[in-house]
Amino acid sequence: MTTHMPSTPKQPPSLETRDMMLNIGPAHPAMHGIVRIVTRLDGEEIKECEVEIGYLHRGFEKMAETVDYNGVMPYTDRLNYVSPLINNMGYCMAVEKLLGIEVPERCHYIRVILSEISRIGDHLTCVGATAMELGAFSVFLYMIKAREYLWDLVEKVTGARMTVSYCRVGGVKADLQDDFAEPCAKAFEETRKVLEETHGLLTRNRIFTDRMNGTGVISSEEAIAHGITGPFLRATGATYDVRKDCPYAVYDRLPFDVPVGTRGDNMDRYLVRMEEMVQSMRIVEAALSDLPPGPVLTNPETGRPIPAAEMVDLAKVGNIDAISGGCAVAGPTLEGSGRAQHPSIAVDQKQVFLPAKEDTYGNIEGLMQQFKLVMYGHGLRAPKGEAYFPVEGANGELGFYVVSDGSGGPYRLRCRPPCFAIMSALPRLLEGDMVADIIPTFGSVNMIGGELDR
Amino acid sequence: MNTASLIESVTKRFPEGVSVSYTHRGDATVVLRPDSLLGVARFLKETPELSMNLLVDVTAVDYSAFGKGPSPAFYASSGAMVRPSSQIPDPDPWPGPPQGARFAVIYHFYSMAEKHRLRLSVPIADETSPEVDSLTSLWPGANWLEREVWDMFGIGFRGHPDLKRILMYEEFEGHPLRKDYPVKKRQPLIGPHN
Repeated sequence: MTTHMPSTPKQPPSLETRDMMLNIGPAHPAMHGIVRIVTRLDGEEIKECEVEIGYLHRGFEKMAETVDYNGVMPYTDRLNYVSPLINNMGYCMAVEKLLGIEVPERCHYIRVILSEISRIGDHLTCVGATAMELGAFSVFLYMIKAREYLWDLVEKVTGARMTVSYCRVGGVKADLQDDFAEPCAKAFEETRKVLEETHGLLTRNRIFTDRMNGTGVISSEEAIAHGITGPFLRATGATYDVRKDCPYAVYDRLPFDVPVGTRGDNMDRYLVRMEEMVQSMRIVEAALSDLPPGPVLTNPETGRPIPAAEMVDLAKVGNIDAISGGCAVAGPTLEGSGRAQHPSIAVDQKQVFLPAKEDTYGNIEGLMQQFKLVMYGHGLRAPKGEAYFPVEGANGELGFYVVSDGSGGPYRLRCRPPCFAIMSALPRLLEGDMVADIIPTFGSVNMIGGELDR
Repeated sequence: MNTASLIESVTKRFPEGVSVSYTHRGDATVVLRPDSLLGVARFLKETPELSMNLLVDVTAVDYSAFGKGPSPAFYASSGAMVRPSSQIPDPDPWPGPPQGARFAVIYHFYSMAEKHRLRLSVPIADETSPEVDSLTSLWPGANWLEREVWDMFGIGFRGHPDLKRILMYEEFEGHPLRKDYPVKKRQPLIGPHN
């Protein structure tokens, strides 16, 4: 018991605090991509942060100036390497706009189907990786499993899983298989199962929602001011979707809804992506049922199916008689292509698209046309001009701006990468949050190094 | 708003700021004099019937090698002249690159409310130290885009808060997307930098 009372209440000893600099990346386990975030911390709170990019810069735009129009295709695969088909399509449509040509309807449908499949794959990767970094490793495995099914579909059509180089200026490389709808339905069934499982594992999971709710918040005005588009913008409540607002290809005919969020935080971005996958499946299913009729596969008169490879061999030894009467049956896919379906998957323009293999090997005009297009300095020549074409990439508006000086390749090619804008707003998203919030916020940005740094 | 009325509303408001305007392949383009850029951009953003709220892209083009590429005949291995493949007919020809300017900074705008797009092109006559006004005061998203243009083309932006390289490293010499920067040029390795 004390009798002595101090006249003033005792002050707690003042603690000297200092801000701490914390460097995260460029190579850090929680950064799926090479990027460096330098933060200034007060305790666990991020006071200031700076993002440094460019570690994956490979000079896409410079390289594009050195090759011809179709030669750019493999480079576009390596922009957003999780959904390369959308890059292919965006680039091709920009060049087609410059050339002033319109591809056939079936080609549009095929491109739309494959871009939507890629979009699902991209969102699966993004959500799965975010969940993994928050500790839900099984979700990642489930989602990658679903992505495998989708990539199997892509592989069936294009022959590759990631670097597909499937589109060509004026068409696509090969037609869909006859029975494409069947494996597609199966893959979607699996994907739907995975989405259901993910909802069960994450959407009401306390650990997950506590990390996602209210972190990385951005308002819709601010997001627009930063140039953010895509699911990231839609999570804030803005409805801008290139597929709806500036419809290209055949998107205006296909039924789909644009999911939007309300709060613009990580949870909304997760929910928007989950719903977009469902909508993409809806688009693919509708497109497959409306797909305009494709190739005639067998010649009813001769009924002689000739595998394309065999046809090539016959033609090489000059045995034209044996193949001139027949129609290639192997046609639609990678094994070769029948004359009958070229007009339905590629534009009928001699100066743009390669002739059918039967023509190349079967007659001198076809052979000349083939050589004129593939020989360096002789190929596709666009008139002088410029064109900008936006498509809806998995992360937002993916635009290509092409300038032509009338030579065989682009004079200048600019790619407007959607996650560049989001990354530029990242400091704004992180400041004020905790260190641990970097992980879900950065995950929901879905940074793809190839697209960001080009 | 369609492209014609879009162009008209800009040219009417800035008769001396606009040098050329055209619609090519459905894209409305307005070519500006450099000093009117900031005014036009603010006008685009703040006029209710235009309401260009999204600055989609900022990029540049170096026109110094325009039309000077090797002719197709160059590739003939025999040395004989080769007739180039026929060009695709052009129904609406392009007015051509800006005259007397090496660089042009290209801006793409979009209006989410009105769903129209506009391209601004700002040719810069000064070749040694090209510079235009920065749009960061109107769109914070212009910050990184302008840094990239500086990095790749060496075009400066007046009023930019932090103009430095973004994709290349600080020690990099030259600006790689300029046409006089050779594709195969090597740069010395740099050491760790802190």
